[in-house]
Amino acid sequence: MSTSMSPSSDTIFQKGGPGRRAFVCPELDVPAADAETLLPARFRRLEPARLPEVSEPEIVRHYVGISKRNFDLDSGFYPLGSCTMKHNPRLHERVAALPGHARLHPLQDPERAQGALQLMWNLQEALAEIAGLPHVSLQPSAGSHGELAGVMLTRAFHEDRGQRRHKVLTPDTAHGTNPATVTMAGLEVVKLATDAAGGIDVDDLRAKADADVACLMLTNPNTLGLFDQNIEQIAALVHGVGATLYYDGANLNAVIGISRPGDMGFDIVHFNLHKSFTQPHGGGGPGSGPIAVSERIAAFLPTPLVVRREVGAHGAENGASLSGARFDLDYGSAGGAGSRSIGRLRGFHGNYGCLVRAYAYIRSLGAEGLRDVSETAVLNANYLLARLAQLGVAEHLPLAYGELCMHEFVLSGGPMKRALQIQTLDLAKRLLDFGFHPPTVYFPLLVEEALMVEPTETETKETLDAFAEALAAILAEAAEQGPEVARGAPYTTPVRRLDEVAAAKRPVIRQALT
Amino acid sequence: MTRYTATTADDLAEMLDAIGVDSIGELFERQVPPGVRLSRPLALAPGMPEQDVFAHLRDLAARNVSADDEVSFLGAGMYDHYVPALIDMLMERSEFLTPYTPYQPEISQGGLQVMFEYQTAICELTALPVSNASVYEGPSAAAAAAYMAKLHNGRSRLVVSAAMHPHTIQTLRTYAHGYGMEVVEVPMRGTHAGLDAGTTELEAWRAAIDSDTSAAFFAQPNFYGAVEDADALSAAAKAAGAADPVRADGDDRAPLVVCQVDPITLGVLRAPGECGVDVAVGEGQPLGNRLDFGGPSLGLFAAREVYLRRMPGRIAGETVDVDGKRGFVLTLQTREQHIRRERATSNICTSQALNALGAVVYLAWLGREGIVELGELLLARTHYARRQLTAIDGVHALHERPVVREFALRLDADVATVRARCARAGVNPGVDIQALTGREQDRGGLLVAITERRTRADIDRLRDVLAAAVAAEREAVPA
Repeated sequence: MSTSMSPSSDTIFQKGGPGRRAFVCPELDVPAADAETLLPARFRRLEPARLPEVSEPEIVRHYVGISKRNFDLDSGFYPLGSCTMKHNPRLHERVAALPGHARLHPLQDPERAQGALQLMWNLQEALAEIAGLPHVSLQPSAGSHGELAGVMLTRAFHEDRGQRRHKVLTPDTAHGTNPATVTMAGLEVVKLATDAAGGIDVDDLRAKADADVACLMLTNPNTLGLFDQNIEQIAALVHGVGATLYYDGANLNAVIGISRPGDMGFDIVHFNLHKSFTQPHGGGGPGSGPIAVSERIAAFLPTPLVVRREVGAHGAENGASLSGARFDLDYGSAGGAGSRSIGRLRGFHGNYGCLVRAYAYIRSLGAEGLRDVSETAVLNANYLLARLAQLGVAEHLPLAYGELCMHEFVLSGGPMKRALQIQTLDLAKRLLDFGFHPPTVYFPLLVEEALMVEPTETETKETLDAFAEALAAILAEAAEQGPEVARGAPYTTPVRRLDEVAAAKRPVIRQALT
Repeated sequence: MTRYTATTADDLAEMLDAIGVDSIGELFERQVPPGVRLSRPLALAPGMPEQDVFAHLRDLAARNVSADDEVSFLGAGMYDHYVPALIDMLMERSEFLTPYTPYQPEISQGGLQVMFEYQTAICELTALPVSNASVYEGPSAAAAAAYMAKLHNGRSRLVVSAAMHPHTIQTLRTYAHGYGMEVVEVPMRGTHAGLDAGTTELEAWRAAIDSDTSAAFFAQPNFYGAVEDADALSAAAKAAGAADPVRADGDDRAPLVVCQVDPITLGVLRAPGECGVDVAVGEGQPLGNRLDFGGPSLGLFAAREVYLRRMPGRIAGETVDVDGKRGFVLTLQTREQHIRRERATSNICTSQALNALGAVVYLAWLGREGIVELGELLLARTHYARRQLTAIDGVHALHERPVVREFALRLDADVATVRARCARAGVNPGVDIQALTGREQDRGGLLVAITERRTRADIDRLRDVLAAAVAAEREAVPA
């Protein structure tokens, strides 16, 4: 028998027993009708769904119990590179849960959802200013969804001009979603090499930029944590062949208020609201991936878009609108943004609950605070890098490229592997015993035994020091006691290293039921 | 320093000293070319203390008419079901709320187990053997199924019932352009079709499907609330789209039959796996998730076993650790973008893990008997509501098909004006069908959704308010 103090891996389907229940159905308050009239037998379910049979206390014990088998951001440092695990203010949960937001139906008439539409419009305006691009769609559900929107927008832009450009350039450092998205949008990936400084190899770009290129997808700062020094030249080359420039906004949190994608020459940007504008990641979703675009792309945006109309002679009834404005959903009717839309990417208007949180964050911090976010993120990353050098860690885990970094940096575990016979995976697993979530590992692919570290701006200097010391301690342990300690790690976690090969070979992806 | 950062002047001095620069500005000057540096502050409102932000967001919320503020019969994809308090508590727990995707399984067993349990629950609900850990939401789940179909059989056409939710059809069209696939819509039988009105036209469905058809989509119940003859649609699709000749290796390349489900109906309605369906997709919001003006929610995605290795999204699998202890991991990752890159089965990076937690807790809360009881209650109240409303002068059933929790009416009056009149009486009578589909033949259509929160008293009030509104409108604007 398991207890809540030492939760087992029994699933909810293995708990309870026949006849137990948590749900009490509201009474049947309408006249009873016979079953065949309500739903003829040929449409009725044959075998009941074998859902759990558990009481409410059992459900609570079960899920609170297994929650304790999770590490989370509220409990400790989570320097997962490219994922931006910054503090999630609880204010955001409170405001998103207000019934006026949380119980608002997406098909409520726009006149009766003015608060929501105003919030969305305000957020569009703020994101446009941050990106330096005039038009925004809040519809995409996540960064990858925003990417798909962006590549489809590019395709629509060229098709509208009678061009079938089929190549999309992506650097070899790109997030995996970039090439996967290109394929889904019916275009072909052409890889670009990285130069010695960690940026795009401009000669390679020059050789590959031709009239078949639809787009260059770029993350800047890139996944090495480096701002591309040649961005202006890159933009000129790409625009020179008539292609568009797409900004993967996963790392936008490094440059808010400091440099804007639109000013760098980008036509399309996606935001990871859940990263840059702090949302709880929920163990892998939900996210939200709005896009901002330049004038020449705006006509193709997904619809509906949120628009602000000045109230004319008719006015809004019952004083329903504020400051003489009325907010509405627009389907490209005005001939401007969205008028030659690629269409809809999902149901309704996007992940509004995430938009509420991002908007609360932007209003909390304002222009100055948002710039401080990026400054502190870059400061923290560089400080951690310096501390690692001070502690001698850099000898075994050198910075892969450059000297300074933006908001994150990539170390190579190659020297560590050769000198101490432990791999990046071992180091990561040993960090678990020290109470830290490991950095992103084995990405980007071009760095041997990569460790990608993003401390974020919300961590204290003491935490950064402690993390640097933990890395140093693990390396010292390997040097003094040999590699076995790290290779056998972790020791203190609810389970130890798991057999992933067996899991994939004979997949068991649901509880066997009787 | 903001309220979410902690760098004091002393910290800053020490940190800059360690880095070997004089200022934070120098970090940017040395890395960001001057030509792309912003030379002015962003034009955004200044920051505010927490209580002021709260007040502002509360004021915005107050300008929305939510399901708290009126008796709402809105549905069409998202529904005002009761969300039990324990779901709020569990979804707000830091341990579920604030982790990332479980890349380190040793410290993510809680989240991985939730995914595993969720997959089990969805398999049970759909009577299909495999499920992923959820995708974004409903309509894009259908689009994800279309991509899986393309990867599976390499065919180029998607046949789609026009009686599906318009957002699903529109989303399929958007994605299909990217996939290089064609979308063919099969019409719905009109009111002349008597008892079968409101359902997908079976002859046209059969005629539209051939050996180029990659997948065939219908909804159960469909957008108009009508229960389709799912067995007939599945069988017809398989027969009409069979490969000719059948491949030598015996591999089944017939069109995938994709059914968009409403999960809350599956306590009573025949499950996809019980009527020849290959893939079940759907909007998961009714399962313990809030309305949230349309998201975030979750997309359901379950399938027959043969599609497992081409499924999009995260999948949790069971295994053991080095001590032989049971544990869970993300599995079959070689399908995914971070490994397979341009050859991935999807670009999807995340599941909707937190929303899926809400869904599986909800299903455990309802339980084996509860989901049937709830389904029966919805059947009874929906049946009652349809009888009450169609008894109103000037209000007709758009179809006579069985319905579970939603039904379509046709009004002999302008729907927008009638709805506005009802709203003034504190009742939102449902969705203006034509406003959503944009189709001329849907003029006069009203889609009414019933949840367990709408009591008989609420339904009776809707009847009275709608009757008055239709009468007033017909008086004001004689036909």
